[in-house]
Amino acid sequence: MQQTIEEIQQEIVEEFEMFHEWQDKYEYLIQLGKELDPMPVNTQTEENKVKGCQSNVWVNAEYTDGKLFFTGDSDALIVKGLVALVLRVFTGNNPDEILNAQPHFIADIGLANHLSPTRSNGLAAMVKQIKFYALAYKTKAGLA
Amino acid sequence: MAKIRENFPILSTKVYGKPLVYFDNAATSQKPQQVIDRLVKYYQEENSNVHRGIYYLSELASAKYEEARDVVRTHLNANSLAEIIFVRGATEGINLVANSWGKHNIVAGDEVIISAMEHHANLVPWQQLCKEKGATLKVIPIDDNGEIIFEEYKNLLSDKTKIVAVAHTSNGIGTINPIKEIIAEAHKKNIPVLVDGCQASPHFKVDVKELDCDFYVFSGHKTFAPTGIGVLYGKENLLDAMPPYQMGGEMIKFVSFTETTFNDLPIKFEAATPNIAGAIGLATAIEYVDSLGRNNIENYEEDLKSYALQKLQEVKNLKLIGNAKNRIPLFSFVVEGTHPLDLGTMLDFEGIAIRTGNHCAQPLMQRMGVAATCRASLAFYNTKAEVDYFVDSLNKVVKKLIS
Repeated sequence: MQQTIEEIQQEIVEEFEMFHEWQDKYEYLIQLGKELDPMPVNTQTEENKVKGCQSNVWVNAEYTDGKLFFTGDSDALIVKGLVALVLRVFTGNNPDEILNAQPHFIADIGLANHLSPTRSNGLAAMVKQIKFYALAYKTKAGLA
Repeated sequence: MAKIRENFPILSTKVYGKPLVYFDNAATSQKPQQVIDRLVKYYQEENSNVHRGIYYLSELASAKYEEARDVVRTHLNANSLAEIIFVRGATEGINLVANSWGKHNIVAGDEVIISAMEHHANLVPWQQLCKEKGATLKVIPIDDNGEIIFEEYKNLLSDKTKIVAVAHTSNGIGTINPIKEIIAEAHKKNIPVLVDGCQASPHFKVDVKELDCDFYVFSGHKTFAPTGIGVLYGKENLLDAMPPYQMGGEMIKFVSFTETTFNDLPIKFEAATPNIAGAIGLATAIEYVDSLGRNNIENYEEDLKSYALQKLQEVKNLKLIGNAKNRIPLFSFVVEGTHPLDLGTMLDFEGIAIRTGNHCAQPLMQRMGVAATCRASLAFYNTKAEVDYFVDSLNKVVKKLIS
């Protein structure tokens, strides 16, 4: 049985609770960034670039059997770690589940307050992009 | 040195439980206790509006404000108080000149020269002015070391050139430009020169008479004074011929509903209630640095700069961006295989404050072939021990990022 978006968010929050120092939380983000599956090079396009990030961020969506699967990348490792978290939360769900989800894990971890405004804006832009994909595929599916 | 550091209370604070190493002086400098105390004294004992009141306190504040102007005049070796305009910072000073002098003097077909290493503040006002007037912005190219190509500059100067606006030193890569020669060359063709002195004034003494510059701007907050205060120096005949930039109180002499007569210099350009405390704080900052001895500071920084340069070059895979022979202790760099944002973030956890990004000089970064850099910029209160700690931490962080 696949975990729900809510369950994954809870899981992430618990993982971060193991680290008491901010430095350790960031090192964990770096590790997640390093471990993120590489994005197919042909999907690292200008269209898939997320606007509003200080470093480069790409997010791509594949629509299979009514579900959206995401890949992503960034040239900065910490940001790539954030990409990994966002993808993990949203990937493998149908457009409605994605559109209805509230990504509260960012605030729960405390990252919302800790990230510099440029980064939290970038993170918000990333989530927005994912919801945009969900809406686009939902509309497309509805029309088909 | 220990004594000097004691004057800057913030330098003994801790970040994430580690002693603060402040290497972002090009963004803003820290303030000595003398300046902080002076602000407190002003608000506790002297605060009132200037040039308006007929009562004791207002006359006191006015006197202190004008004394501050005289300290700045002496500091820059300007001819008269009329040549010292208090502004919010260098950005406002440049915008003032671009709008007032520029709108008055630039017409279609004219050219404005800047350099490839300008901060956006000395680029965008001129670019927009040129767009509005149908004039052309010409850019002095720089070489791979980040130095102005002087021959190319000479070739750009023509009968169409109306003004040259260049940085004294680069905020992005630390180059000190041959500003006296740049000015002399422009003056051969009677072209005025504006100098952006933001990154020069914290490091060495500026003499506007010796440089013979027509305009010089700098920001107080980068030179150990409060934020929100800066200086525009202009030659009196130029300033006198310029129309006011902003309209408001105090800068007028007489107003009816149809006519206004403007006040004389320098008040003509100081619409609204000025940053009185800031101006007084700036004067205190200048006097404080003078008390340490400008020569002592220059010698100390020269030594610190050589040391930091050597230490940085020992870091594996580190590439300095900008290699000018003549430079301030400001180092832009990248480390192969890492992103500046990651380096900056992880160094923060070691208590180290550096700047990452494009340093408000995107065209410069493009010229140097990078999207962003890390920038460590030092001041006279930084030490070799801090440089050592910085380099050790950098090595540690790089290892974490690429392993």
